[in-house]
Amino acid sequence: MNEEIKVDKTLDLKGLPCPMPILKTSRGIKEVEIGQVIEVLSTDPGSLADFPSWTRSSGNELLKTDQSGEVTKFYIKRLV
Amino acid sequence: MQNIEAQIEELKSQISAMDKKIPSNKISMIVFSGDMDKVLAAFVIATGAVAMGMEVVMFFTFWGTPILRDKNKKAGGKDTMGKMFGAMLPKGTCEVKLSKMNMGGMGTAMMKSLMKKKNVASLEQMIEMAQEFGVQIYVCEMSMDLMGFKREEMIDYSQLSYCGVATFLEQAKDSRIQLFI
Repeated sequence: MNEEIKVDKTLDLKGLPCPMPILKTSRGIKEVEIGQVIEVLSTDPGSLADFPSWTRSSGNELLKTDQSGEVTKFYIKRLV
Repeated sequence: MQNIEAQIEELKSQISAMDKKIPSNKISMIVFSGDMDKVLAAFVIATGAVAMGMEVVMFFTFWGTPILRDKNKKAGGKDTMGKMFGAMLPKGTCEVKLSKMNMGGMGTAMMKSLMKKKNVASLEQMIEMAQEFGVQIYVCEMSMDLMGFKREEMIDYSQLSYCGVATFLEQAKDSRIQLFI
């Protein structure tokens, strides 16, 4: 998926360890409309495994994971 | 024709009976332990479960009960045993210890400072999060009575109520996950 993803909100969760990234994301995603996309910035190594699990269980869609540097970016579309 | 209608009715009642057997998207936890690390784990799982879209109920019993005491509150009218237990058991989250490597309190202090350094949420913060996330807490009435705790010395937590074993079992029966911590 190379096309540009339109981000409606960014959650900066750098430096926060488990369980904060998913707690804050579950909160933060409610601040956008259904169909909109949030970008989550996390430095927690557990997030790589956790975000796919969280999106599957919560019923949202993980569009893209960008793991280029120390900070991993997750693009999540709110579906519920 | 009448036969088919009767069969449909039969199927409908069977389906609704099956529906009742499917547990809710709920997690029921018994917090029996009074150790800082174990209770912290319980709260991490509890808040995480809410984030995953689950309903969460926590039942505090035995050594888990004193964790929910408020260090700034006092309760009168206790008998001698109640006063003794009250003095010996931890008064809230700040007095609980690690289950391992406590080393006379040194280990717990080191762990707390390490957690702070690494930005890991403290037990106090996790209880606050649990309240924000709507985690239901039940406290075992029998433990309260046994240890001589009064309701007025427990923390202010919006969804806290007191119960017995039947309340837990009813919730646990209807939960997909049950944990004993």
